[in-house]
Amino acid sequence: MATGHAEEPVVRLRHPWRWVAVAVIGVYAAVLVKFLVTNDALRWDLVSGYLFEESILRGIVTTLEVTVVAMVLGVVLGTVLAVMRLSENPVLRWTAGIYVWFFRGTPILVQLLGWYFLASVLPEISIGVPFGPDLATWSTNTVITQFMAAILGLGLNEAAYMAEIVRAGIGGVDKGQSEAAEALGMSPVVAYRRIILPQASRLIIPPTANETITMLKQSSLVVVLGMLDLLGTAQAIYSRNFQQIPLLLVASIWYLAMTTVLTYGQARLERRMSRGTPGVAVRTRKSTIVRGGAR
Amino acid sequence: MNTLMVDARAVRKVYGSHEVLKSVDLEVHRGEVVSFLGASGSGKSTFLRCINHLERIDGGEISVNGQLVGYRRANGKKYELHRSQIALARRDVGMVFQRFNLFPHMTALENVMEAPVSVQHRSRAEVRAEAEALLERVGLADRQDHYPSMLSGGQQQRVAIARALAMKPALMLFDEPTSALDPELVGEVLDVMKSLAAEGMTMIVVTHEIGFAREVCDRVVFMDDGVIVEEGTPAEVFERPQHARTQSFLSKVL
Ligand SMILES: Nc1ncnc2c1ncn2[C@@H]1O[C@H](COP(=O)(O)OP(=O)(O)OP(=O)(O)O)[C@@H](O)[C@H]1O
Ligand SMILES: [Mg+2]
Repeated sequence: MATGHAEEPVVRLRHPWRWVAVAVIGVYAAVLVKFLVTNDALRWDLVSGYLFEESILRGIVTTLEVTVVAMVLGVVLGTVLAVMRLSENPVLRWTAGIYVWFFRGTPILVQLLGWYFLASVLPEISIGVPFGPDLATWSTNTVITQFMAAILGLGLNEAAYMAEIVRAGIGGVDKGQSEAAEALGMSPVVAYRRIILPQASRLIIPPTANETITMLKQSSLVVVLGMLDLLGTAQAIYSRNFQQIPLLLVASIWYLAMTTVLTYGQARLERRMSRGTPGVAVRTRKSTIVRGGAR
Repeated sequence: MNTLMVDARAVRKVYGSHEVLKSVDLEVHRGEVVSFLGASGSGKSTFLRCINHLERIDGGEISVNGQLVGYRRANGKKYELHRSQIALARRDVGMVFQRFNLFPHMTALENVMEAPVSVQHRSRAEVRAEAEALLERVGLADRQDHYPSMLSGGQQQRVAIARALAMKPALMLFDEPTSALDPELVGEVLDVMKSLAAEGMTMIVVTHEIGFAREVCDRVVFMDDGVIVEEGTPAEVFERPQHARTQSFLSKVL
């Protein structure tokens, strides 16, 4: 009878391999913990001592400043480049294409150093009529400070990646939208501002959040310019006391803390955005994977 | 006094090597309602898009409301207009699409208000009152704060009609406005179009709704393979089609 069957006890499927995995990972985790706790060379006393040390905190501020300013430059210039690449004007299209080709095709480290050493080939920067008289002139060394070189190196490189993200976002907006805007008599500029970009931003914001997280870590490259960001400060300290690993741990703890906060913010942002208009796909993780390999 | 709303002469349109429109002539008078019929791919949508210059034509010329579309005539030459000037001219022509193309990030009311505010720079308060009246007129007064995704297809299309009307166009173009709709929603959209026709709006309607064409339209135009093969009153075209292509097309849809 059916009723009789319903009362029979149910034997759940067993997962013996899970327990094997737990055992193996448990053993390795124990080894790691033992290493971390019993190895006196790690000097956890130093780590905790330096964690809130004043120069380290100033380094964090520098890291955040570089990240924010470079991202703003990247997003603004990237949007301009994306619109240029989608323009009907072939000269604009080509210019933007060559920009992206160059800045994605050379290592960011080379770009950073290139800006920093620009003065050796271009001692003066001037504003004036091309091939004509100059209106104002500065010494390159006073204009391109460490900070400026860091911003130019990171920001101009970022713009090349942002251009692709913004272009994909604009391309993801249904063709009928610009047509409807045009049919209502909107000029191309108004159509972009009122109709296309607001919809494209749903596709652009999640990968931009990814870029910001990448930028936070990547900003540590500015140590080659001798900048005292978070990593640079840690380096400066261990060059005096030779406690490399403890200070790298200090830096790592702070980088982890900051990326964790950003990742949490990103997840919230994505959840909020996907709740909005249905029918607009929100692309997220894929873009990181694609670009990670390209760097 | 010129009563011609649309005057198309020898209009050609080519995509690559494919001649989509081959010398199309059409006159539409003020207040007339003309429907376009024809097989898929015969060039109906393309012609409609040429009328408000969403497509550039490769030969002939089109005038709307006495104004040359896409060009300025001077000293015996036609000068191509700038995109912003073309945009200016389009304000006289409303267009309704098969797939509605409402702006999904705006409510129904915002969709209707958008162009008068951002294109004509009129005051929001004044535009708002008009937009509410337009939504009321298409029977959607109670849906003005809904986003397009919260509306049925028929409701979306009625918002799209209100949006086009907000610019106070002299001519309305409809490209298969009911083809994307479930059968039970077709009527509500056609009703709005009928009332518009009754008020004297000049309309060009690409449609497969024979009943609508028969009842509302002054003239039916049958297109085939880039040319107008036959035109006349609904009675003439539907009851006594002259051309073999018209006859075979009608035998399939009637
Ligand atoms: N942008 C384009 N590029 C190339 N070919 C096109 C383009 N737009 C339309 N065509 C072609 O032009 C022809 C006419 O298209 P059109 O959309 O005007 O037909 P239609 O009569 O509206 O058909 P339907 O009833 O399917 O809407 C078709 O063969 C189509 O493939
Ligand atoms: Mg069509």
